[in-house]
Amino acid sequence: MAEEVKLFRTWSSPFPLRIVWALKLKGIEYETILEDLQNKSSLLLQYNPVHKKVPVLLHNGKPILESLVILEYIEETWKQHPLLPEDPFEKATARFWARFNDEELLPSIWNASTKQGKEQEEAIVQVEENLKYVEEELKGNVFFGGETIGYLDLAFGWLANLVSVLEEVTGLSLTASGKFPLLSAWMQNFSDAPVIKECWPPRDKLIIRYQAMIEKYTAVAAPK
Amino acid sequence: MSTTEVKVLGSTGSPFVMRAVIALNIKSVDYELLEQNLVVKSELLLKSNPIYKKIPVLIHADKPICESLVIVQYIDEVWTCGPSILPSDPYDRAIARFWAAYLDDKWFPSVRVIVLTAEGDEVKKETLQQVATGLELLEDAFPKCNKDGNFFGGERIGYLDIALGCFLPCLRVIEKVHNLKLLDEAKTPNLCKWAESFCSDAAVKDVIPETDKLIEFAKVLIAKIKARPSN
Repeated sequence: MAEEVKLFRTWSSPFPLRIVWALKLKGIEYETILEDLQNKSSLLLQYNPVHKKVPVLLHNGKPILESLVILEYIEETWKQHPLLPEDPFEKATARFWARFNDEELLPSIWNASTKQGKEQEEAIVQVEENLKYVEEELKGNVFFGGETIGYLDLAFGWLANLVSVLEEVTGLSLTASGKFPLLSAWMQNFSDAPVIKECWPPRDKLIIRYQAMIEKYTAVAAPK
Repeated sequence: MSTTEVKVLGSTGSPFVMRAVIALNIKSVDYELLEQNLVVKSELLLKSNPIYKKIPVLIHADKPICESLVIVQYIDEVWTCGPSILPSDPYDRAIARFWAAYLDDKWFPSVRVIVLTAEGDEVKKETLQQVATGLELLEDAFPKCNKDGNFFGGERIGYLDIALGCFLPCLRVIEKVHNLKLLDEAKTPNLCKWAESFCSDAAVKDVIPETDKLIEFAKVLIAKIKARPSN
C-alpha cells in the first residue's frame, strides 16, 4: 500500500523545517501543504485543534503534532538513516538539549531581538550563557549527532538559518562575535550539508519578514 | 545491581519527582531517594543539573539524567525487562508524547498558579478556565487512548498516565483549599474513574503525598513567594 505523507508548514517557520530536513534525510516522499498563519486552513484547524499551529505531519490520514514529537515519530516509523543515538543515555541527552533549545535558547534569542534597554541587556547575557552551554555540548564533534546530522542538529538547526538574519535585522552580535567558534563552525557545516542547503528559505525574504515581526513587537512594547 | 546504583534527587511533594519514582516502581527498580533542600541546593544537585538546578535528577551508574519526561523515557528504554511505559505503536507513542508536552507547557503553569494562591485570595477565572479546558481535553482523549483499559496506557499505567497522574495531588489541594471541583463525575467521568485506578495502582499508591501535607508544603512556598516579591 502506498504511504501517504503530508506536511503542513509555512515557507519560513523553523519548526516545520526540522521535519522537512528529517523527511529528506530519510528519503521519504511527501506532499507539502503551505499554510498562511494569518488565514489558517480548515484542515489545519481540524488536525491541530489544540494548538492550531504548524507543523502537522499527516501519515496515512493520521495527524502527528509538535515538531519534536514528529521527529521521534519519523525516527520510529522509518528506520533508515537513524537520527537518534541507540544508547539510552545519549538519547536522553539529545532529548534534554532539544527541550533546552525550545524552552530556553530560542526564547532568549527572541527576547534579545525584541526587547530594549535594560531588558535587552539582560536577555543578551542570558543568550551568551545559553550559547556557551550549546558550544560545550558539541564536544569537538562536527555535528551534535557525531559524524552525521542527527536529531539534535535538526533541533538546533534554526540557529544556522535564523541567527544571522536576526543579527542583521537588529544589529546585535550573538554568534557573529566569534565567541563561540565550535558553534559557528557547526552552523557552517550544517548549512553546507546538501540536504539542508536545498531547503533553506530565501534569506532576503527572511530578512523582510523578521524585520517586520521585530518592528511589530518593539512598537507594541507591551509586556507579554 | 546495588541499590545505590540508582538514585533520585528529589523531594516528596514534587509532581515531577513522582513521575521518576513511579516509572522506577513500574520496572521494580530499587533506588535511593535523596531528599533535596530546594533553598540551599546540594553540591550534588548543582553538579548533576547545572543548567536548571532542579529536581528530579536520576543518577544511574553515576550519570545524571534531567527533566522528568526525559527521565521516564530513559527508564523505559534501559529496563526493558519490566512492563513497557510507552506504547509500542509509534502513533500511540506520538499521542502520549503530545499530551504530556501539552500538560507541561500549557496546562501545568495554570495549575501551579492556583496551587500557589493562598486560601482566601482570588483565583482568576481565566486561570481556572485554562485548568478546566485541559481536563476537558484529556477527558475526551481518554477513550481514544485507553483501548478499553483503565488507563491512558491501556491495561497498565503508561507514559501519559504518569505525566498527568503526578498532578492529581495538586488538583486535590486546589479543590480543598479553594473549595472547587475540578474532577467532576458529571463533567469528567472518565478522569474520575481513571484517577481512582491510578492512585490505587501498586506503582503509585505509596508515593502519592497526602493532600494535607501538600497543603502545608504549598503554604510554606506561598509565604516564601510573598516575602520575596522579586522571585
